[in-house]
Amino acid sequence: MDFGPFLLLASLEGLVQAAVLSLTALGLCLTFGVMRVVNVSHGEFYMLGAVIAWWAASILGPKYALSGYLIALFLAPCIVGLLALASERFVLRSLNYEPEATIVATIGILYIIQQTVLMSFGPDAKPVNPPFYFRIDFPWFGYSGYKLFVIGAAIVVLSGTWYVLARTRVGLIMRATQLDRDMAQAFGIPIKRVYAYVFAAGAMYAALAAVLIVPIRQAHYLMGADPLLMSFIVVIIGGLGSVRGAIVAAVLIGMSDGIISMFFSPTLAKMVSTLLVALVLVFRPQGLFGVKTS
Amino acid sequence: MKTHRKLVSLYLHAAVILGLFLAQFFLPDYLYLAVTRVMILSVFAIAYNILFGYTGLLSLGHAMFFSVGLYTAGLTVYHLEWSAAEAFVSSIGVGLIFSILLGAVALRTSGVAFMIVTLMFSQVFYLGTLYFTTYTRGDEGLVLSEGARQFTFLFASFDLSDPSVRYVVAWLLLSLSIIFCYVIARSRLGRALVAIRENETRTQMLGYNTFMLKLVAVIISGTLSSISGAAYVLLFAYAGSSFATIQYSIDALLYTLLGGAGTVLGPVLGAFLMFFMIDITSEYTSAYLLIAGIILVFLVMYFPRGILGEVRHRWLQWLP
Repeated sequence: MDFGPFLLLASLEGLVQAAVLSLTALGLCLTFGVMRVVNVSHGEFYMLGAVIAWWAASILGPKYALSGYLIALFLAPCIVGLLALASERFVLRSLNYEPEATIVATIGILYIIQQTVLMSFGPDAKPVNPPFYFRIDFPWFGYSGYKLFVIGAAIVVLSGTWYVLARTRVGLIMRATQLDRDMAQAFGIPIKRVYAYVFAAGAMYAALAAVLIVPIRQAHYLMGADPLLMSFIVVIIGGLGSVRGAIVAAVLIGMSDGIISMFFSPTLAKMVSTLLVALVLVFRPQGLFGVKTS
Repeated sequence: MKTHRKLVSLYLHAAVILGLFLAQFFLPDYLYLAVTRVMILSVFAIAYNILFGYTGLLSLGHAMFFSVGLYTAGLTVYHLEWSAAEAFVSSIGVGLIFSILLGAVALRTSGVAFMIVTLMFSQVFYLGTLYFTTYTRGDEGLVLSEGARQFTFLFASFDLSDPSVRYVVAWLLLSLSIIFCYVIARSRLGRALVAIRENETRTQMLGYNTFMLKLVAVIISGTLSSISGAAYVLLFAYAGSSFATIQYSIDALLYTLLGGAGTVLGPVLGAFLMFFMIDITSEYTSAYLLIAGIILVFLVMYFPRGILGEVRHRWLQWLP
């Protein structure tokens, strides 16, 4: 393959990565932005989404692949959202959202979810069939239509989120809580309920992203670590808590990670980006796109 | 009264050290090796506690310091055929350099950012051990030969593959760490560190250079972690990437939280308890980390002081 088409293929792979990453990171970004909570178990919510998708597909069998997929697309975020709601209610709220305590607690939740899945789902990676087979033929190579669907779906969800945040009352309440918790409470916003729903919503984004990606990758009980780290990177680069920054950063990092991984070693790509991000956090704590406050 | 309490606390720590020495004569064979291993992990936990328990800095990257020592000693013995003593001393030096560098950079942040920065540097180191797989052999790891693990001390030669020598070396290292931590906790430095944990701004106002003090804490904690890593590879002859994973940083945190952060013996108690709890659960299920998760959530919700922290709070206020 020539360099041009190869770059196109790498960019498409990068876009798929960026699509999934922006959804996962958006969830983490919402919980951090609104609640100031660093949710270390975010990657496990992602993993659970993938496992539920596998579970739905394997119960219905290959004959109903499409229906199984649609059910998973609906069910996975719901189940994961409920689980997140429960962990918010019974753990995070009792800790009063204190940063260090919540980090330790979410590490605990991470292990609990991961090991429970290991006990029930097993240690092996399990594939899920894509809901449809559709091949787009470029002059140089054929490309899976499902991957393009993933990109499209992510764009739809992201636009929807933007609309909700910027144009509706729900978004207004969330932004008010993010800006000044005490003032929002003084104006009658039920902070506790906002926190609970935001935490659940954050987890639901992760689950949704996982259902989208699971036909391309496979479901595995350790698959949460990578998206967690990448989401951290995206949220930090984007300016902690800034939704727009996170999405821009997700596209940037997803694309460059996809492209660098195709030309160089994936481990090297991860090393370089992790190191850069640590340095960004040290020397530009407001993130690359964030505005300096205080 | 005050000197009396000081004596009691001295006796208590001496008794623990003595008890660990005497334990080797009574332990059944299968526990002999396990206790040796837990003693080395306890040294790691004591190192972690100096930063987390006394200074109040929660690092999620201590696996890096541990594996810096592990790999410095492992790689020099494996590739350069250094003696065990040379490798051990050099890993102290490399651990020191790493701690100074990481401390100087990471301490520019605080709170949540400090945790994430330490986590990320540690992750870079872990990925590095996978990337330079020609030297480190990544996940598969390095296995040191038996001949490489003999050393001479005061004209007598010792063999680190001999279980009883291993036990004594691990015990010696743990005893020195307990004494070291005890001395620090009682010293002016230790009190200044506790002051930073309780209220950094106020400590600054009292005229302390808190950045330097925190840096000193990172250096002590990081170097001691490297020492425990170096001891681990020299005693058990294996160095692999898994030691650099986040898992090991969290283990140190777990031991410290369980035993009691900010107490000298807490991390040791936590390490022993965790080890045996996991040992028992792993007989029933491969998902033995479940117990670690449950204990973490339980501790942080209902029992944030840990065992010895609670004991100190209720009964023995003089416990260091």
